Amino acid sequence: MDFIDLLQLLIYGVVLGSILTLGAIGVSLLFGILRFSNFAHGDLMTVGAYVAYAVISSFGLPIWAGLPVAMITSALVAVAVDQSVYRRLRRTKPVILLISSFGMALVVRAIVQLIWGPQDRALVKGIQIPIRLGDIVIRPDHLWIIGGTLVIVILLHLFLSRTRMGKAMRALSDNMDLARVTGIDAERVIIWTWALGGALAGAAGLFLALDARLTPMMGWTALLPIFAAAILGGFGKPYGAIVGGMVIGIVSEMSTAVLPSAYKPAIAFAVMIIMLIVKPNGLLGGRK
Amino acid sequence: MSDKLLSMTHLVGGYGGNDILKGASLTVAQDEVVVIVGPNGAGKSTLMKSAFGLVNIREGNIVFQGEDITNMRPDLIVRRGMSYVPQEKNVFPSMTVLENLEMGAYLRRDDYSAQLERIFEIFPRLKERRKQLAGSMSGGERQMVAMGRALMLDPKLILLDEPTAGLSPLFIEQTFDRIVEVNKMGIGILMVEQNAKQALEIAHRGYVLAMGRNRYEDTGAGLLGNREIAEMFLGG
Repeated sequence: MDFIDLLQLLIYGVVLGSILTLGAIGVSLLFGILRFSNFAHGDLMTVGAYVAYAVISSFGLPIWAGLPVAMITSALVAVAVDQSVYRRLRRTKPVILLISSFGMALVVRAIVQLIWGPQDRALVKGIQIPIRLGDIVIRPDHLWIIGGTLVIVILLHLFLSRTRMGKAMRALSDNMDLARVTGIDAERVIIWTWALGGALAGAAGLFLALDARLTPMMGWTALLPIFAAAILGGFGKPYGAIVGGMVIGIVSEMSTAVLPSAYKPAIAFAVMIIMLIVKPNGLLGGRK
Repeated sequence: MSDKLLSMTHLVGGYGGNDILKGASLTVAQDEVVVIVGPNGAGKSTLMKSAFGLVNIREGNIVFQGEDITNMRPDLIVRRGMSYVPQEKNVFPSMTVLENLEMGAYLRRDDYSAQLERIFEIFPRLKERRKQLAGSMSGGERQMVAMGRALMLDPKLILLDEPTAGLSPLFIEQTFDRIVEVNKMGIGILMVEQNAKQALEIAHRGYVLAMGRNRYEDTGAGLLGNREIAEMFLGG
């Protein structure tokens, strides 16, 4: 294992970290406001990726055109699920919401399997020519994933820090009761938070399919490292999720230098468990 | 009663099954500072919160600017010109001072920069610290942020729940001075206070509440001069 190999693994780590980051931001935003962990988040990613695949392949569009399709699809599914199921459970215990989100995960995945079947599919057909930088090899897909994530994260930051709705989301996450007595319409902000979290999940799903292949299980498999990333960064803190996603992604990939790659998810969990023991509120001090 | 900004009449109600209010009444006129004092557990905060729709009222009614607002939702009451400053957790800690004030103006779609300047005139410290996170400020400064936030909608009435609780004597005095200034802007003030003596000194009128009912009602000076009240509630 020499330096070049480690650098190569670092690039893979940033790619995985980008995907986990986009998923973890959504999970974290929703937790901050609704106080429950959305187990259907991984399958929101899957549905966005599949619909984008369907649109791209039937109209012969380039891959990048799939990004808005995936984002809009997942956002719409997220809002629809919230309004039809979660909204009625708003006043119940968080554990009931948690279990129902588990149920929604199964429902969404089953629908994806019914429509597209259980087999793997490739988002990109044919052979891609990798870019060579000295001894390092970079797939063009990976550049898209890293670049796309960077743009989305910057836009998200501008949204949360500059716009009225973005600030209202942060206010609700800080103190729901105070937000209500201030006159902020919480239900409206919650809908927009689902749309935002869903859109980020859609992008994550498309990038995941671009990195590997489309399978109905892809989102579900990614869910646990996404939770690990959100917890690592401090649950309820979207900016922490960026740090958490990158750390989990890079550590997982780098671990393959010394361990068989089958241990990648175990490494993500080991990092999460150590974090929970050492600093339970996460790197950026999220909620307990 | 038409000259009254707020009138609460014979209120009975509470949070769960237990009634904390057992027939309490109160009025606030335009431009008035009204203080509710009384022993712990008398229902002081509950009476004030009931004006803001935060208490389940079973009997009696609450009229604000001629409109019945009994059991109305807080976000609808805010729109009608009443603001509420909770005792604790009264700022958005991970947001800057300026963002906290902007959230106060969430319902406004017009240009509120003039109102922001007026608030900065009363609380110059908020202007200095507008980029600072509210969560990193002292208790007294947070109280200023919270009052500033409540003023952004240019309300007719502000409800303050123990605005000086936990503050140092210097800050207590400053806070009361600010409250007087806010009142001079033509805004009615209803507050619950533990520092009853100082609060009554700036109050036009005060109510002494006990067991969920009105016990005494007089001008601020009148209550301060009443020996029985002084012995019982104001610490001699």
